Amino acid sequence: MRNEMRLELDALSINEAFARVVVSAFVTPVNPTLEELADVKTAVSEAVTNAVIHGYDGAQGKVVLHGILQDGLLHIEVEDRGKGIEDVEKAMEPLFTTRPELERSGMGFSFMEAFMDRLEVRSEPGEGTLVIMEKQFGSQGQDEE
Amino acid sequence: MEDRFHMIENYLMIRMPEEIDHHQAAALSAGADRYIMGRAVKHIVFDFEDTRFMDSSGVGVVIGRYKKIACFGGSVYAVNADPQIMRIIQVSGLKKVLHVVEEGTNA
Ligand SMILES: Nc1ncnc2c1ncn2[C@@H]1O[C@H](COP(=O)(O)OP(=O)(O)OP(=O)(O)O)[C@@H](O)[C@H]1O
Ligand SMILES: [Mg+2]
Repeated sequence: MRNEMRLELDALSINEAFARVVVSAFVTPVNPTLEELADVKTAVSEAVTNAVIHGYDGAQGKVVLHGILQDGLLHIEVEDRGKGIEDVEKAMEPLFTTRPELERSGMGFSFMEAFMDRLEVRSEPGEGTLVIMEKQFGSQGQDEE
Repeated sequence: MEDRFHMIENYLMIRMPEEIDHHQAAALSAGADRYIMGRAVKHIVFDFEDTRFMDSSGVGVVIGRYKKIACFGGSVYAVNADPQIMRIIQVSGLKKVLHVVEEGTNA
């Protein structure tokens, strides 16, 4: 089975929960475990939240959620056309944040990395940010780290 | 919102919402801070009984409150954390400051 979806959302904090609901519904056909479902919801929530807070910083903009589900593999992309990231490698370090005054703790990318099987971040200052993540469902117990 | 918070001696008890994300975090922090400023809050207990989802925004709420009371010798505690919340607490390193009261050990 292959299923694909693309959804464009306004960059509003209320859409963080909406994005989680959408991705939960999207992966329902592969019968995710509670843990797998929590992993995907958290990762998507982090990426969308980053687009809202850092990408657009409260300004108007669109966040695109693009998912492909094939043979139990979820490929999900979260894209914004916001301000972009100067140094992606540094941004991905645990505890690195540019917004400590907003009580951000620099854990978003660490959660995406911990809860998904693959994380790739493409970004250019002034261009926006594309977060690509993948997760294989039903692999629990087989590739224990 | 206000009935999320109540005091037991010098402990501020916070009944955390069902979902703790960026959208919820600011109001939660502001509500807690009103208590922390106005009353004799020494310690904080975060009750996750109702909480089914928490992301890094929730981590920020806990660390932010901890910073406000730690300088006066206060501690932060978590109760009723389900497996999803426990994973967030573990992966984030929150465990270093947040004392998790395991099920069955709380009175
Ligand atoms: N979509 C984005 N657009 C612009 N900058 C971003 C974007 N996503 C992340 N960043 C940058 O990368 C940094 C690290 O992101 P990460 O999600 O790991 O932490 P955080 O958002 O700062 O804190 P937390 O996620 O714990 O609340 C951010 O502080 C920000 O500078
Ligand atoms: Mg983040």
